[in-house]
Amino acid sequence: MASRYRIGQDPDYVPLGRRLLLLNWTLVLLLTILSCIGFAMLYSAANGSLQPWAERQMMRFVAGLVFMILIALTDVRIWLKMSYAAYVVSLILLVAVEIKGDIGMGAQRWINLGFFQLQPSELMKISLVLALARYFHGLTIEETGRIPLLIPPLLMVLAPAALVLRQPDLGTALLLIAGGGVIFWLAGVRMWKFGVILGGALAAIPIGWQFLRDYQKNRVLTFLNPENDPLGAGYHITQSKIALGSGGLFGKGFMLGSQSHLNFLPEKQTDFIFTMLGEEFGLVGGIALLLLYTLVIVYGYVIALRCANQFGRLVAIGITTTFFLYVFINIAMVMGLIPVVGVPLPLVSYGGTVMMTILVSFGLLMSISIHRDVRISRQGNDDGRH
Amino acid sequence: MWHRDSDRYRMFTRRAIMLGAGQGVLLTGLAARMYYLQVMERDRYATLADDNRISHRLLPPPRGIVTDRFGAPLAINRQNYHILIVREQSPDVRKTLTILSQVIEIAPETIDRVEEDVKRRRSFVPVTVRDNLTWDEVARVGVNAPDLPGIIIDAGRSRDYPEGPHLAHTLGYVAAVAEKDLTGDPLLELPGFRIGKSGIEKTYDMSLRGRAGTSQVEVNALGRVIRELDREEGESGETVVLTLDIELQRYANQRLSEYESAAAVVMDVYNGDVLAMSSHPTYDPNSFTNGISHKLWDSLINNEYAPLSNKAVNGTYAPGSTFKTCVALAALEAGVITPEQRFFCPGHLDLGNARFHCWKRGGHGWVNLHDSLKHSCDVYYYEVSQKLGIDKIAAMAKRMGLGDPTGIDLPSERGGLMPTREWKETQLGKRWQGGETLICSIGQGYVLATPLQLATMTARLASGRAVTPHLTRDHVAPDDITARSDTEFPDLGIPRQHLNYVRDGMNGVTNELRGTAYRSRIKIKGLEMAGKTGTSQVRRISMHERQTGVLKNEELPWKYRDHALFIAFAPVENPRYACAVVVEHGGSGSGVAAPIARDLLTRAQELKSSRPGVSAVNIQSASQILRTSSKKQES
Repeated sequence: MASRYRIGQDPDYVPLGRRLLLLNWTLVLLLTILSCIGFAMLYSAANGSLQPWAERQMMRFVAGLVFMILIALTDVRIWLKMSYAAYVVSLILLVAVEIKGDIGMGAQRWINLGFFQLQPSELMKISLVLALARYFHGLTIEETGRIPLLIPPLLMVLAPAALVLRQPDLGTALLLIAGGGVIFWLAGVRMWKFGVILGGALAAIPIGWQFLRDYQKNRVLTFLNPENDPLGAGYHITQSKIALGSGGLFGKGFMLGSQSHLNFLPEKQTDFIFTMLGEEFGLVGGIALLLLYTLVIVYGYVIALRCANQFGRLVAIGITTTFFLYVFINIAMVMGLIPVVGVPLPLVSYGGTVMMTILVSFGLLMSISIHRDVRISRQGNDDGRH
Repeated sequence: MWHRDSDRYRMFTRRAIMLGAGQGVLLTGLAARMYYLQVMERDRYATLADDNRISHRLLPPPRGIVTDRFGAPLAINRQNYHILIVREQSPDVRKTLTILSQVIEIAPETIDRVEEDVKRRRSFVPVTVRDNLTWDEVARVGVNAPDLPGIIIDAGRSRDYPEGPHLAHTLGYVAAVAEKDLTGDPLLELPGFRIGKSGIEKTYDMSLRGRAGTSQVEVNALGRVIRELDREEGESGETVVLTLDIELQRYANQRLSEYESAAAVVMDVYNGDVLAMSSHPTYDPNSFTNGISHKLWDSLINNEYAPLSNKAVNGTYAPGSTFKTCVALAALEAGVITPEQRFFCPGHLDLGNARFHCWKRGGHGWVNLHDSLKHSCDVYYYEVSQKLGIDKIAAMAKRMGLGDPTGIDLPSERGGLMPTREWKETQLGKRWQGGETLICSIGQGYVLATPLQLATMTARLASGRAVTPHLTRDHVAPDDITARSDTEFPDLGIPRQHLNYVRDGMNGVTNELRGTAYRSRIKIKGLEMAGKTGTSQVRRISMHERQTGVLKNEELPWKYRDHALFIAFAPVENPRYACAVVVEHGGSGSGVAAPIARDLLTRAQELKSSRPGVSAVNIQSASQILRTSSKKQES
């Protein structure tokens, strides 16, 4: 089958020069601006020093950017072909860390490759979107209405979610389920079926509660009543709200956030970096960042809606929604709207793995954008128009 | 087939728009929440953020100083150097301390204690290694500073009493705040803060404390101080000027120290200034400032002679024959005697079945008022008191200042006891017996008085006014303290003539041949004193002992010997000073107490409490005792 993509025989082939032209440079710029805001905040978090965070984050971004563009320039059909394989590999790695985690102590979420700590759950976030998109790409609208055909994709979501939840990583599990659910929804699965699943899930909460670790239970309880435990788990949320609120309209100024710099704010370089931004740049700074994220999300939707193939559309929405969920969960958490779950602010929070996941997924998004006119048959062939 | 795909596409588009709209709503929700926190609730959170970062620290004010009437420093603040260690600046605490112990003396237990302390505190919190360094030690540590990372020399203030034991009882001492002293004033919760625990330090604690300053500092989440934002200096405590004359005080202490246990008071008969107040044995109040050792405390507590007690105001003694002055005044006022009226003293008086003895076995023969005081005849007063009754005696004694606390500005003054019929019935539930009046008339039995009360009684006798004693004068500017007080005490309402009869009798005691204290008279012309002896029994003399011969004091154990008392004023003409001396179990008033009173009154008159030329300048220099020493070097 590989012979079908040979130059000259493929009517949808996009030459490299044209791919570079079609590459969504505005999106690249937006991502770069977001990352630069991150560098500035990490510089501030280190009290005016590139060490230990800002410099390493810059190096990761540059490496990730190159990687992103390479992925973007690759034909989307290659990603389609690789989607199931990627999913299987990710699942095996997840099981591997699970076994390793059982041997080791507590929550172990990564595999040490020496030069790089691979987090299979991050890999799974992309692989699951690809695999589900691949699956629904192959179904007609009628077929998506048939319950037996919905069982395999449901298992595809639940298997990694269960593994991640066992690690335990509530945040990632929720991201996987929400990201997967969105693809079900856009593929055309009926509304009432979601209702059944949701109802079942709600009924399972009391059972699932028993499987949560104590610290996870505490997080939920603390969220429900943060003042209950002002010096313990609720301390983070309380201090975060104080930092944000005291920032006011225009903030206290770059590197002048008292809550952040006097260490009242925990994890200011990772999960609570938005709080520091809000403290130092106020409502104006926070809204500006939110607008930048909104622009990126709008771009994702535009790419999805302009895409001619179902696979690309579903992947684009899956990636955009995952990105949205990162942004929403993180900001809602630091503002005390939802419980504390360990979800970073994409591109701004310090951390190599998440930055890599985001840039890789945007590479895929741009690949879809470049190859938006490629038509792909439900069987995964390019002969759809015949 | 593509028409089917267009179905999928339409479905996708519809749902994507719904999803996008949903996400848009959620993002708007975030913006709204941000607006709520950062605009609507901003002020509340700004306050909370400041509460987090700004910490108010109290700056303890320097304690006010205490001086004598001429400005001599009695209680001051001394620079106190101590050594601290900061863990985060010292790579190896144990090693640093070991090196330090080669430079200055440090006990091995201290090293262990500091190591423990350092581990329990945060790494930037200094831990005290040693207090009270000498200047020499400070210099040695300074020279070796490069080898002592993390070692800090800090200068604090500690209370110092330059006169040491001379004024222990009057000044009292300061010590760490105890649980029961906490009033909610945050100043009291400062580590190392000292408050007055007894004496003047306690009475005037509030004035001496001063007003605390505050320092606003920015702290981080661990409590480490980042910088000082604002500072408001406090005010040091007020200077308290005592009426005491330290020269006379020292002399009184020296004189009393010849006996096991004694107390003496010298005061001004007109304005009530206490010039000397001495209680022996004494202790060094400096040992309390930095925490007293258990061993020393136990030795003070268990000492038979009660060094911690200020016997001048807390010791109560039967006044003995010194009380006869009161009985005489009461009898004159009641008109039961005339000065020339005589009673016969055969050496005893029989009342019912009981026989009351005079101190002189053979008796005094015929005795009038003057002689009754001069010879201290007991039978005379037995006779007089029978005519008077206890209540009239008690009424006069109260007017003379006995039976109630004098109100001197010292904590826990005792009031002694002046019995009445009513007192006995309510307190003991028994009827007053006639014989008890006789016993009381010679200052024995239930009658109890403090040395300060006896001095007050003498001052009232000498001045005819209701003088009350005090150690400080309110509302007197420091430079006026040496001036005689214009505010005179009200007249006692006792006829001058009556007072003169008693004074005349007291003059007989000291200045006429065969007076009981003739040998202790002041021979210097113009300084003569008039006095009254008192020897109060502390045991009962049995009939058997009386027959076989009363044991001499020297033959008895210390505890059973008589108390020796003496009251006196001087000069005889136009009196100025009153004095009371009590020597516990000292023997006879004439032999032991009178010579002390003689010496104190002589010294008081020689020193002259209003001697000029020392007042204002000295008081000022005392209040800045630390600075003046350096200024003197400059000038």
